[in-house]
Amino acid sequence: MRLNPNLFTENEEKESTRAGFGKGILKAGKQNKNVVAITADLAGSTKLSAFIKEFPDRFIQVGVAEQNLATVASGLAHVGKIPFITSFAMFSPGRNWEQIRTTICYNNQNVKIVGSHAGIGVGPDGATHQALEDIAITRVMPNIQVIAPCDAIQAEKATIAIAKTKKPAYLRVNRQKSPIITTKSTEFKIGKAQLFKDGSDVAIISCGPIIYEALLAAKELEKKGISALVLNVHTIKPIDKKEIIKAAKKTKAVVTVEDHQIHGGLGSAVAEVLAQNYPTRMEFIGIKDRFGESGSDKELYKKFGLTYKHIIKAVKKVII
Amino acid sequence: MSTNKMDVKQLRIMANTVRQDVIRMIAEAKSGHPAGSLGMTDVLVTLYFSFLKVRPKKPKDPERDYLVLSNGHICPALYAVMANRGFFPKKELMNLRKIGSRLQGHPHREALPGLESSSGPLGCGLSQAAGMALGLKMSGKKNRVVCLTSDGEHEEGNTWEAVMFAAKYGLDNLIQIMDRNNIQIDGTTDEVMPLRSLKKKYEAFNWSVIEINAHDIKQILKALEQADKTKAKPTIIIAKTIPGKGVSFMENDYKWHGKAPSREQAEKAIEELKKERLRIR
Repeated sequence: MRLNPNLFTENEEKESTRAGFGKGILKAGKQNKNVVAITADLAGSTKLSAFIKEFPDRFIQVGVAEQNLATVASGLAHVGKIPFITSFAMFSPGRNWEQIRTTICYNNQNVKIVGSHAGIGVGPDGATHQALEDIAITRVMPNIQVIAPCDAIQAEKATIAIAKTKKPAYLRVNRQKSPIITTKSTEFKIGKAQLFKDGSDVAIISCGPIIYEALLAAKELEKKGISALVLNVHTIKPIDKKEIIKAAKKTKAVVTVEDHQIHGGLGSAVAEVLAQNYPTRMEFIGIKDRFGESGSDKELYKKFGLTYKHIIKAVKKVII
Repeated sequence: MSTNKMDVKQLRIMANTVRQDVIRMIAEAKSGHPAGSLGMTDVLVTLYFSFLKVRPKKPKDPERDYLVLSNGHICPALYAVMANRGFFPKKELMNLRKIGSRLQGHPHREALPGLESSSGPLGCGLSQAAGMALGLKMSGKKNRVVCLTSDGEHEEGNTWEAVMFAAKYGLDNLIQIMDRNNIQIDGTTDEVMPLRSLKKKYEAFNWSVIEINAHDIKQILKALEQADKTKAKPTIIIAKTIPGKGVSFMENDYKWHGKAPSREQAEKAIEELKKERLRIR
């Protein structure tokens, strides 16, 4: 797959995935008059400003009330609206999980949950605001789609795509600026993993902006004669079993990489696929059953074992 | 769309029919919630046979009024009312809580056409109803939304989030009817968590408040009429009810919140209701 030609150069561009969401919902709103935005006192932080300016009558403010955020959205969807609910991932789907389960997923209502500031990469706000469990708690629910885009362009495309699906979706986006990896012409299809780099010795499977570290690791490994494949599984549910099995068959060794607890996240989802279809040696890069802390995203990635150096170590371990 | 309005006597007779259905259903299922179901029967019957615009044969009619049952555990009464109103065959009522049934122990929207929402987990019906009411207003539509809640679920934070929200957006197309029966699973509401004056609380939150004896059908009708005319504010009808209404040994006893009658108890209850039916005028 052709990636951004400026990647790993001096001209590398950076933008947050939440900003990509902000552009996406504006476009989705122009495409469909039923798209509405609801927030729990985090309109600015979740990048709704452009949408609110364009469609002031299609914006709803519920105040600091995430349970109400989810349930009001369920009601709006019931009468034909396409609500995008925005907050920090820690609070939505964190605090309002049961409301999402019962009134959105069990009801199968067309609500899009946008959890921003996900991952330890949120940085200085500290552990209370670092959602490291959101993939796990959303992917266990029937009817929902779970998507973690890798860059701002992909977040924009994912937003437009989920607006068209007529069922619940969780979109995981992040606060920090991160490199633009894909291009405007890169195809995005829900449930279709993307082969960012081919390889034969190991498959590094990742999602979200942290996939940049995976690509960096693959580049370094190449110099040492290890050929790493990098697969972007942006959709954790429904997961692309075919591409994951194909990558495992080709390389016989898998490392998963995510800014999330290793319990229940992307790595677990990949392991579930492989255990049933093609048991493969695996290593997991992610948060290892701990809470985060304050610091810059770079410092935290280093301290919590999420950098390309850690990925290289895991690769060496898994290929024996 | 016709509302097939019944007169007051017909409504009383229908309420008696529904109460008998509820007893038979819960006895057959061997589990369920009789107290609240019997307590809210008069309200549900009045809504479905004299107030709500619904089309049983076309349950998703876009012009319909919406009934959201927040306290989903009283669904036996809702199911019985819906069956009597023609949404589905009455014989299906005996499938309550059984495997493969459309009549789930707590309502499931996807299972039974005519249900507007799945419910049971308390405190989240009012905000769904408010979302519907706001969505309808945004689309310039006149449909009304009625939400039934319990007093016990006013211990849930989500309920109060919805109360603030409905007032902020002036949802005058939303009517809440709260079952003020003073009981919950573990005892009386006063013992478990005192709710004090719900009337004063709602007034402070800028709702229009009407208090009624919800076993007096004329009062229910009058309150609905008044709520319908209220502009710029949502209305709450605080419906004072007797839990277990109509069955002497169930009335006002919190132990019947979530317990099924035995066969003998059910027979005794039906006998009482049959006698009561003869006195209706």
